[in-house]
Amino acid sequence: MWLVNSSVGRKVVMSVTGIALILFLTFHMAMNLVAVFSERGYNAICEFLGANWYALVGSMGLAALFLIHIIYAVWLTLLNRKARGSERYAVTVRPTTVEWASQNMFVLGLIVVLGIILHLTDFWYHMQFAEIANDMVLAPGGDPADGIALMKITFKNPVFVLLYLVWFGAIWFHLTHGFWSALQTLGWNNQIWIKRWKCISNIYTTILMACFALVVIFFFIKVTFLGASI
Amino acid sequence: MDKNISFTLKIWRQRGPKVPGAFKEYPMKDIPGDTSFLEMMDILNEELINKGEEPVVFDHDCREGICGMCSLYINGYPHGPATAATTCQLYMRRFKDGDVITVEPWRSAAFPIIRDLMVDRGAFDKIIQAGGFISVNTGAPQDANGILISKKVADRAMDAASCIGCGACVAACKNGSAMLFVSSKIAQLNILPQGKVEAGRRVKAMIAKMDELGFGNCTNTRACEAECPKSETIDNIAFLNRDFIVAKLKD
Amino acid sequence: MANIDSKIPEGLLAEKWSNYKAHQKLVNPANKRRLDIIVVGTGLAGASAAASLGELGFNVLNFCIQDSPRRAHSIAAQGGINAAKNYQNDGDSIYRLYYDTIKGGDYRSREANVYRLAEVSNNIIDQCVAQGVPFARDYGGTLDNRSFGGAQVSRTFYAKGQTGQQLLLGAYSALSRQIGKGTVKLYARHEMLNLVIVEGRARGIITRNLVNGKIERYSAHAVVIATGGYGNAYFLSTNAMASNGSVAIQCYKKGAYFANPCYAQIHPTCIPVHGDKQSKLTLMSESLRNDGRIWVPKRIEDAKALQEGKLNPNDIPDDQRDFYLERRYPAFGNLVPRDVASRAAKERCDKGYGVNNTGLAVFLDFKYAIDRLGEDVVRARYGNLFDMYEEITDVNPYNNPMMIFPAIHYTMGGIWVDYELQTSISGLFAIGECNFSDHGANRLGASALMQGLADGYFVLPYTIQNYLSDQIQVPRFSVDMPEFVAAEKEVTDKIEKLMSIKGEHSVDSIHKELGRVMWECVGMGRTKESLEKAVLEIDKVKKEFYSSVRIPGNADDLNVELDKAIRLADFIEVGRLMAIDALNRNESCGGHFREEYQTPEGEALRDDKDYMYVACWKYTGEDSEPELIKEPLKYEFTEVKTRNYKV
Repeated sequence: MWLVNSSVGRKVVMSVTGIALILFLTFHMAMNLVAVFSERGYNAICEFLGANWYALVGSMGLAALFLIHIIYAVWLTLLNRKARGSERYAVTVRPTTVEWASQNMFVLGLIVVLGIILHLTDFWYHMQFAEIANDMVLAPGGDPADGIALMKITFKNPVFVLLYLVWFGAIWFHLTHGFWSALQTLGWNNQIWIKRWKCISNIYTTILMACFALVVIFFFIKVTFLGASI
Repeated sequence: MDKNISFTLKIWRQRGPKVPGAFKEYPMKDIPGDTSFLEMMDILNEELINKGEEPVVFDHDCREGICGMCSLYINGYPHGPATAATTCQLYMRRFKDGDVITVEPWRSAAFPIIRDLMVDRGAFDKIIQAGGFISVNTGAPQDANGILISKKVADRAMDAASCIGCGACVAACKNGSAMLFVSSKIAQLNILPQGKVEAGRRVKAMIAKMDELGFGNCTNTRACEAECPKSETIDNIAFLNRDFIVAKLKD
Repeated sequence: MANIDSKIPEGLLAEKWSNYKAHQKLVNPANKRRLDIIVVGTGLAGASAAASLGELGFNVLNFCIQDSPRRAHSIAAQGGINAAKNYQNDGDSIYRLYYDTIKGGDYRSREANVYRLAEVSNNIIDQCVAQGVPFARDYGGTLDNRSFGGAQVSRTFYAKGQTGQQLLLGAYSALSRQIGKGTVKLYARHEMLNLVIVEGRARGIITRNLVNGKIERYSAHAVVIATGGYGNAYFLSTNAMASNGSVAIQCYKKGAYFANPCYAQIHPTCIPVHGDKQSKLTLMSESLRNDGRIWVPKRIEDAKALQEGKLNPNDIPDDQRDFYLERRYPAFGNLVPRDVASRAAKERCDKGYGVNNTGLAVFLDFKYAIDRLGEDVVRARYGNLFDMYEEITDVNPYNNPMMIFPAIHYTMGGIWVDYELQTSISGLFAIGECNFSDHGANRLGASALMQGLADGYFVLPYTIQNYLSDQIQVPRFSVDMPEFVAAEKEVTDKIEKLMSIKGEHSVDSIHKELGRVMWECVGMGRTKESLEKAVLEIDKVKKEFYSSVRIPGNADDLNVELDKAIRLADFIEVGRLMAIDALNRNESCGGHFREEYQTPEGEALRDDKDYMYVACWKYTGEDSEPELIKEPLKYEFTEVKTRNYKV
């Protein structure tokens, strides 16, 4: 199976799962933005994405994407370390055309994974999982679909706000490289397109992560300074 | 006129592939700026021989930037700090008085060290043997002008074909990947009508051999193209990826 | 005197090669598998021969001293490759290519060989295109050509300024294909150190593994040497550092004739020497002479000021510039053949018109081309060469004229071969630069690539079968035979002798001394006195070498200094042979210029009556002078003229 046996195939798996995850993030960001404009609308979406069969299938698919992306990342990193050899250079310089992110994708990925764990315990555990386990004690105010409440509780704490912003930063770095890199791996690139893709990568990722950050900051301000009820 | 400079060389010395190596320092005095880096190494070796020591072993041959034999990793750069140049095309005027110049061999698991700064790049030959050719016997092919090739395609193939097989791409890559080397050959042959016939077979065979020999997976850091003495670009890698994916999907 | 048979086939010039092929003996496919052929060298000739022989089904053993076949110095050829395609409709033909080559070689090459070369030149281009060599093309998709020295037509095919690289990579890919298939076995980092002869036939070689110092024996039914030229006898040359004449000398000492050793080509467009630590000279492609104009100042005062660094060349007005090639050779101008251009530069510098601090340089100026074509066009044509020049000299050639001076580049002389490319030793073949065959006393630009590939792809694969056809009953040889043991012992004795000297001089320092003698006494202009002096001085260098060379390290290990010492020992022999041959040839022709023999205008003066022969030197022993055997050159189909590039 070439997706497992060949170096290019392995990269194709990283690329395809990566693009799928970017699409997921885009969807997630759009959903979060709703919370800024309409708390009721947001909760309606939470309700819609509860423990329904389609939401569960979607979640499992998503989990699979993450897992494949992470497993391949670890595997590729190990292979590449081996290929590099045991002896390291005493002096290394990063040429100007080489992005910092491109050489630190694994480290950035680790930060992203830690963020995901944090995020799952903060939100998913109290929402979809609560519903699956049918344990309403886990859910905020006994309603697993009350996402707004959870957001307010979480982002009241400036530590969480900071952690989330760091997390978003890591994702930003990860994606600015990952986006165009995925397309390069799929072969859709050349001297002209690389400039376009890099530009699109930077703009898209920046908008994406800015919107995520916006929602977090919005709720932090709303709860802390505007005294919104929890 | 170029000034003379004095500096310290910090050179990796290693007897053989299995013997541990270490850096050794050599002070160099009054080297003219118009001396090439390899001529400076000659001066060092001459001094070592005169002292009865064994000279530093390094690969070099044509000394005009085309054979691809020279292979020194200087101050963190394969082929040194000059861009689009091989080690033999590097001149001492690029360095300053009092510098410490660190010289290391190419480091990659697929390029084992033979001695000091000399490494074994036979893996590159094996990749070419797996498919880096057009299957045509010596004989009487059709007239050379029987195949019309647009100037654009011919120039593109020529750019890819400029690769000198020095291995700087592998040396620069944190993943020890040979993708720039392999893709340059693929791009040259697969873009030309003569080579298209066996394009899929070629790309599959060469990638399989490259993986088998222990080169790493490309993560698009672009360090290879930054250090390539012949300015090969990762366009070639995208080209290779495309042809490989298409070939595999066709299977 | 030994008899010499060049085995030229009967018939008209244009029919000889066809006749030969029609009547030669062949080896059938089943028998090819049983025959082993050793090919030493992987340059254009070696790689193309090994690949073609492998394709035919022979069992080929291929050796090279570098880490990969692709590093052979053919890779450094810049300008192009000639062929008589006449794609430009400018009047080219096989005959014209033949004629230009014969004339360029100053009527010192064999008619039949040169005609064959011109004949197969077209096949080479077809073959290379089929292999994927990316020759330059025109917008319509057809192949592009440029012009080169010594020709009035545009017949040179090129791939940017890297034609040699592309052709070699083409041959290397064909070779790699055969290695992958198992018909060719490659031995990289192996250096041939002796030839094994069994019952009068070449049957094997002794090599040294350059990685571990092991001496190894290999046997075969025939041995092909494709080991290039011996220009590094001058220490400074455009050759690669490892290029050497050792294999030629080994074969010479085993009985192969060394032909015309004194014919060495001096390339007119090299970057001038800059210091005593220099290790090699860098060539600027001859193609630069298409658009660059060569000049020195007309007034000696201006030259003096340039030498002292007090004058900027751009401040010298056009009417004070002496475009001496255009002045002396109006018909060919800056595109005269290499020997003529080199001598003209030397003549100006000898008169004191040199333009750099050593007085040994002339200008190659692109100001006029930039005015005419624009900087962008010049950059597109020569950009990589200009970048290289600037990197080396720190001078921008777009704004300042380049400085150039002649340097040793190619050796037309080499191991004598007959029409079949077989040497005077049965079963030993020599191809490419290492044989003497096709270029006479001077090689035209873009003809070395042509000859290397012609020999390897289209000549040797035929002619070697004529030899092998009666060898099919001969079983493979054991390398334990006494001949192999003896040949190996010669090698180990030689190495032991060198290692035991333990003197105080490095190999390079002695090599530089040899190079100085060669350049001063056997260089561009030779005299009887200088050559007699050269023989004495080379003997002195030899004595110094064998009494004072210092080789650190061990013999049974990787030892770069030992490798170099073995090569230098042979360069000393080559150098001496060159001097002796030059001394014998009392005429000026092509790359051999004896100052006593020139016309009042300073042109080479040939002596066709007494010297229209190939000088073949036969080894007679360590302490005796070589014996001269003459192969007369008969010009049956070509009128022999004085070479004239004026009109």
